[in-house]
Amino acid sequence: MKPVITIAKRELTGYFASPVAFVFIVIFLMLSGFFSFMVAGFFERGQASLEAFFAWHPWLYLFLVPAVGMRMWSEERRLGTLELLLTMPVTPWQAILGKFLAAWAVVGLALGLTFPMWLTVNYLGNPDNGVILAGYLGSLLMGGAYLSITAMTSAMTRNQVVAFIVSVVLSLFLILAGYPPVTNMLVHWASPALVDAIASFSVMTHFESIQKGVLDSRDILYFLSVMVFSLFTTGVIVRTHRAG
Amino acid sequence: MIQVQNLKKTFGPKVAVSGVSFKVEKGEVLGFLGPNGAGKSTTMRMITGFIPPTAGEAIIGGFNIVDNPIEAKRLIGYLPENAPSYADMTVLGFLSFTAELRGLSGVAQRKAVDRAVEMCFLENVLHQSVETLSKGYRHRTCFAQSIIHDPEVLILDEPTDGLDPNQKHEVRTLIRRMGEKKAIIFSTHILEEVEAVCSRAIIIDRGTIVANGTPAELKRRSNQAGAITVRLASGSAKAVASKLDALSGVDHTVVLNESPAAVRAFPRKQTASDDLARAISDLAGKEQWSLLELHTEEGRLDEVFRNITLPDTKSSGKESK
Ligand SMILES: Nc1ncnc2c1ncn2[C@@H]1O[C@H](COP(=O)(O)OP(=O)(O)OP(=O)(O)O)[C@@H](O)[C@H]1O
Ligand SMILES: [Mg+2]
Repeated sequence: MKPVITIAKRELTGYFASPVAFVFIVIFLMLSGFFSFMVAGFFERGQASLEAFFAWHPWLYLFLVPAVGMRMWSEERRLGTLELLLTMPVTPWQAILGKFLAAWAVVGLALGLTFPMWLTVNYLGNPDNGVILAGYLGSLLMGGAYLSITAMTSAMTRNQVVAFIVSVVLSLFLILAGYPPVTNMLVHWASPALVDAIASFSVMTHFESIQKGVLDSRDILYFLSVMVFSLFTTGVIVRTHRAG
Repeated sequence: MIQVQNLKKTFGPKVAVSGVSFKVEKGEVLGFLGPNGAGKSTTMRMITGFIPPTAGEAIIGGFNIVDNPIEAKRLIGYLPENAPSYADMTVLGFLSFTAELRGLSGVAQRKAVDRAVEMCFLENVLHQSVETLSKGYRHRTCFAQSIIHDPEVLILDEPTDGLDPNQKHEVRTLIRRMGEKKAIIFSTHILEEVEAVCSRAIIIDRGTIVANGTPAELKRRSNQAGAITVRLASGSAKAVASKLDALSGVDHTVVLNESPAAVRAFPRKQTASDDLARAISDLAGKEQWSLLELHTEEGRLDEVFRNITLPDTKSSGKESK
């Protein structure tokens, strides 16, 4: 466990030494404010809830999370520090976990800094704070799932741009599989059972169900299994294609 | 301490290292020589556990690097080729990070960092970020990382690459001093370095070991080794050479300088060069030569290196055309 913390600490200093973390946090805060107030009509709804705010997260994360995670392994490969890291007395898992947790902490920090939204709705009305808490939890889990996919694509290449694009595309699939406009179209060609099965692989389906304030273990399990699967694949890639 | 058996690595159809075996004990400094692309770095990467071998094994202090990677890696300090380091960290931050990964904390960590900083002369750049360092300092930073935990085994891939002459000297002295208590492997393209530092050297060419011995033994494989050079204050080389050729132990002579005479005499196969030297010295007394120099050539590593590896490079060059 100790090496995980050491590596996570180093990664965090890396994020804050370069402007990556700041840029991510500022853009995330600006865009989430812009979408919830200007586009989704936060005030016009006349509801004391953060629904309008959370609704945009799958789309915001689609571009912002890969931007945070793309350097995770590709930079290490490009600089040759992968050779240093993997010849230290640490297991690849410790390195993978340390790096992932640090990047997730950056996402979590950005999410946490939206607390003025929560203060605002509580000042203006009487929201269901349980639902809001579930929303934050779902958002954090979704960010983690995207990030694990980015970790995987970033381990494949020394080129950050490639890592970014591939992970946006993969994450987009995970959104669209359960995005109502797409599923509504799919029902014309496929049986409803199949469409449901496909949709159950989508972050959208699970994120929306958590948004309703129902913390179903299946939804949480879904996000956790995306992370476990992606990080496991990351491990396989890092181990098999070390020198390349 | 380091035991390498039949280590092999192929990249697709390409054989980078084909069956390398050797041993390094504590107190030994092994020099790793070979032309570009010979497989030196690949061998080191397998020993340090960065890439898994296609076949064969490397055992560090009793631990197999594939089966017990963590235990084996604890014993190793490694300076990879091109000395990578995290560009966004300061020198101090980087060294503290590597010390922490090595399991050092608190006072022990601070002491280890201080020691490495002092040994690698990094005091002046301690708080500078690595990306703003000059190449030599970056190299030294990574070198400091490799010795931070005072490891029993040191693997250094071109440790003096990019250093100024003073620093090269410092690093050589350091390696020799550390070599008294550690098992060290280092690769280099600078042959004087091998003579100055190594207790043993291996020449590797196209993935196989083509020579293995002490620097003195290797030098003896040189064509020049054992030849006697004679230099006189006056006289013509022709006369001297013909007198030398007449000696029974001389195979042939080469004129180095016409006048004043300087001639090199090569002994016959069965003649010891010391016997020849004595014969020449007797001859000089008899002929009343005014001798300025009479010495036995030790042989030259660069010549041995070229003889062993050049025919291959030439022929492989032809193949590729
Ligand atoms: N990841 C890789 N993929 C394919 N081929 C590789 C890889 N790494 C090394 N090689 C090949 O293996 C051979 C040995 O390379 P290596 O880096 O070990 O040489 P070297 O002896 O260290 O050379 P140099 O003196 O230039 O450092 C080379 O032909 C190289 O092209
Ligand atoms: Mg090399």
